This record gives sequence, C-alpha cells and structure tokens, in this order.
Amino acid sequence: MSALVIASLTFREAARRRILLAALILGLMFLVVYALGFHYISRDIEKELSTMGLLQLNEMRNFMLMAGMYVVNFLTVMMTVLTSVDTLSGEILSGTIHTLVSKPIRRWEIVFGKWLGFVGMLTLYLLMMGGGVMGYIYLRSGYSAPNPWSALALMWLNSLVLLSVSLLGGTRLSTLANGVMVFGLYGVAFIGGWIEQIGSFAGNLSAGQTTVNIGILTSLVMPSEALWKRAAHELQSPLVAALGFSPFAAGSYPSLAMIIYSVLFMMTAVGLAVRLFSQRDL
Amino acid sequence: MSSSSPAIETHHLSKSFGDKIAVRDLSLCVERGEVFGFLGPNGAGKTTSVKMLLDLVQVSSGSGTLLGEPLGDPATRARIGFLPEHFRFHDWLTAVEFLHLHADLYRMSAEQKNLRTGELLELVGLLPHSQKKLREFSKGMLQRIGLAQALLNQPELVILDEPTSGLDPVGRRLVRDIIRDLRQQGTTVFLNSHLLSEVEITCDRVAFIKHGEVIRTSSLQGLLEGELSVDVRVRNLTESAFEGLKQWSISQRRDGDHLSLTLSGEADLPAVNRYLVQQGADVYALRPQHVSLEELFIEIVGTDGGL
Repeated sequence: MSALVIASLTFREAARRRILLAALILGLMFLVVYALGFHYISRDIEKELSTMGLLQLNEMRNFMLMAGMYVVNFLTVMMTVLTSVDTLSGEILSGTIHTLVSKPIRRWEIVFGKWLGFVGMLTLYLLMMGGGVMGYIYLRSGYSAPNPWSALALMWLNSLVLLSVSLLGGTRLSTLANGVMVFGLYGVAFIGGWIEQIGSFAGNLSAGQTTVNIGILTSLVMPSEALWKRAAHELQSPLVAALGFSPFAAGSYPSLAMIIYSVLFMMTAVGLAVRLFSQRDL
Repeated sequence: MSSSSPAIETHHLSKSFGDKIAVRDLSLCVERGEVFGFLGPNGAGKTTSVKMLLDLVQVSSGSGTLLGEPLGDPATRARIGFLPEHFRFHDWLTAVEFLHLHADLYRMSAEQKNLRTGELLELVGLLPHSQKKLREFSKGMLQRIGLAQALLNQPELVILDEPTSGLDPVGRRLVRDIIRDLRQQGTTVFLNSHLLSEVEITCDRVAFIKHGEVIRTSSLQGLLEGELSVDVRVRNLTESAFEGLKQWSISQRRDGDHLSLTLSGEADLPAVNRYLVQQGADVYALRPQHVSLEELFIEIVGTDGGL
C-alpha cells in the first residue's frame, strides 16, 4: 500500500531532519528537570510525613503529576503543529509533490500516509513524555494517577485532532497561514475552556451559564481543550474531583459524547483534507 | 489497454485559472515510439499542458487519453515516467534512497529495485555519488537523478519537462543519448523544451504552442525541409534571366552579383543551377541556407515571445 511508503517517508524525514533527535533531547531535558524538582519537593514533603497524612501526601503528588502532564500536553500540541504544518503546503510550494503525485499513487494515499507517519511519531513522543512523567512518579513514590491510560489516550486524541486540522489547512493554505489558523483555533479553544472554568464558579447565575455555553461552543469549533480537560479529569485525584476545582481541570468535565464528537471531528478533518487535496491543482 | 492507441491523444483540452486561460483547445496526437517536441515561448502553457496530462492540474474542459487510458487514471501512471520542470526532491535522501523511494511507489520488488537503481545510477553517471545526499548535489546532478527516477519503471511513455535546462554540454549530450536509446527501445518521449537546438537533434515531430493554443504541428523533417533560402553569387546575369528564376523562387532579391532566393525545397536547386548556366551566367557560388528550428520558431511563434 503506497500510503505506508509515504508514512515511512514522513517518519524518516522527521528522523533525518533531526526533529526526532531535538524532541528526544529536549524531552529528556524536561524529564530530568521535572524529576529533580519532584525529587526535592517530595523529599521535603516526606520529612513532614509524621504531621501529614498519606491522603495529603498523595494530593501533593497528584498536583505535581497534573502539572507535569499539563506541560506534556502543551509540548505535544506544539510538536504536533510545528512538525505537520509544513508537510503538505511546503511540498506543494516547492514542487516536491510533483514527483510523488505523478507516480501510481492516489492522492488520498499521500494525505493518509503523511497522517499515519505523524501519528507514529507523535505516539512515540507522547509515550516518552507522558510515560516519563507518570513512570518517574510511580518509581519514585509508588503513586499512580487514577486512570493514566485513559488520560494518555485522550491526550493522544487531542494531538490527532490538531494534526488532522493542520493537514486540512495545508491542502489550501500557505505554511504560515496554516500555522496561524491552527494555533488560532487552539487559542480560541484554550480561552473558551478557561472562560468556562472560571464561569463555572458563578454557579446558577446567568453569567455562569453563558460562559459554560461559550466553552461548549469553542469546544465544538476545536475540541482540543475539552479533550485535555477530560484527560485531566482522568488524572486528578478523587478528592480534587469532589472539590470541583484544580488549576489544571474544570469542575465539570466533557462527557463521552464530546469524545465521540472529537473522533468524528478528526475523521471529518482528514476526510476534508483528502477531498481538498484531491481536487486542487498542483 | 491497447498498444495500437496513440501514446498521447487530447481533444480540445482547456485549462483556466479564474479569468486567465492557460491552455486553450489543445488537440494533440503523439504516436507510440516517436520523440515529440512541445515548443513554445515562456508562459505559452506548455507546463500546464503537461500537468493536465499527468493529472497534476484538473482539466477545465476537453478530454484525452494516455497510452489508451483516460487522463487521470492512476494505474496508467505506472507505465509513465516524468521529470518535472522545477525538480525539487526530498533532499535529505541519498541518491540510492531517493530511487528506492520512487521504486516503492512503482511497487517494484526488492530485486527489481536494486537492479534498476544500479543500472540507472550508472546510466546517468551518478554511481560514484550514490550515497551522497541530494542536498549536496549540483543542479545538473539533481537533473540527472530526476531523469533516473523518470526511467525507473522502464516506462512506455516518458514526459520530460525541460530536461536539459540545468545541464552542461556533457549532461546535454547524455540526455540526447538517453532519448536516442529510448527511441530505439520503442519508448515514446514527450519533450517539453525551449532549447531548440536539442529539439532539432532529438525530435521526430514538434508542436508549437502560443497563448495556450497549438498553432502548428509538423514533422521536424517536413518543417526543416520546407522553404529553402539560397545565396547565389553570379555574374553576367541578364534582367530577363533573373525574372525567369520566378518559375522556382517564392521570393527573390538582387544586390549586384548577389542573389537571395527562397525556393520551395531543396529539389529545385539543380534546376536553378542548370537554368543559370543555360542563360549564360557565370555561377561562382550557390549556397543553400538551411533554416534552423530557431528561425522557424520565431517565424511561427513570432518575436513577441508569446507575451
């Protein structure tokens, strides 16, 4: 299947252009800094163990884990957009695409192959970063988040949604315009999520409902922040969930319907990317 | 698939980009096994025409076939080789990796892939550079490796868009030799070029395109063997004998002992010579001036460059 040839090409390109190497080195730097920070903070906290109950200790550990995963999510988003934003638009602009398209390959195989290649790369990245944070905490303290695999899967889906939107934009927009578009949508979803989170404290006031509606609306436009919120919900401790507030997650979390919507959103974006790329002049 | 069908056949192909018509009513027939030159000034629509043939741009109207199959058929592209005009490749690949990538897209077996890669690197003179990354290649080397990828699948039809534009004389000769070999093997070559000296040497037939429209298609021999300019140096030629040359000449001019004649073909030369001698003129020189393709190009396309 020619899509696999393109997927392999995309993956190898990331490796050869030292994107993977840079991501690996900087990812390891992040993990080292994070591990050092966690180690020293934990050491101080553990000294207070006699005065602090296990529940409080685990709450601190959970807070540190959430902070680490928040950064991992952000870095994965950056990695997703920055690596994929140029892949179609750049090859169209340079004419590199001509020698590929003139081969016995269908255009959907080129788009899907690139998508697959990036999925492979981003999966490894997320496993390294997210697994590194959660794995270190587990090894250091024996603490494990409530649903680590569900959280990783949701962060992975978040990355795939952004990847699909980036590929879709690359079929028609220049690299720069595509980058502005994807980050712009991400920003809209991000601020929508925060407005919803802050507004949720307004309780039954009309402003509270309005901000929740804004949050829902922005999640429909770009579900990235909603997916992170759900991932954070899967990670957070039952106590924080019961209290209903954390800097990293909203009191109310997106439902299963929103996850299904996100999958459909991603599939639609890939489908549209295939359609637009198939119809365009090169 | 029908091997008797033309290699390329188009009927009234047109392409518009908004209000701009890039190609208008392109009707062509390129027979199997011929080397066909597609000529025109910059901006005439040559590259857009090639892109329509290869489904790189969508046709606005009209129809066509490649190797007997409708335009846009992906399976047909397995039987075609293409060297684009602005050849840009994945420059982080080595020459071998680049050819292997394209061999994979042609779904060649590992054995075929290795065999053809070696053969072609040798053919285009890049065997010593097989492990070099393409980003280290000169423009000429890139053109050579591009040519190699166009021949990987032993195509029935090769479309070359300006294949010699970045090459030095040695490289051009190499391309000429490759085209000659392809012709001997029965491969059809569609050559899009503005290097007329190359076309003159390599092509069997040519089409001239201007403002997106084919304005003339002819065999190269027919074109070049058409009207013939002849310079004559002669003395003792009477005015009536000069006028008598009109039975052969399309146009004629006299400047002292020098005559400039335009004949309908080379076959008239002996008759003109005999006539002048019979009329008592002393003929010192009779030099046919072969019309170059460049002169014909300017005559057919005009001096405005199609702009």
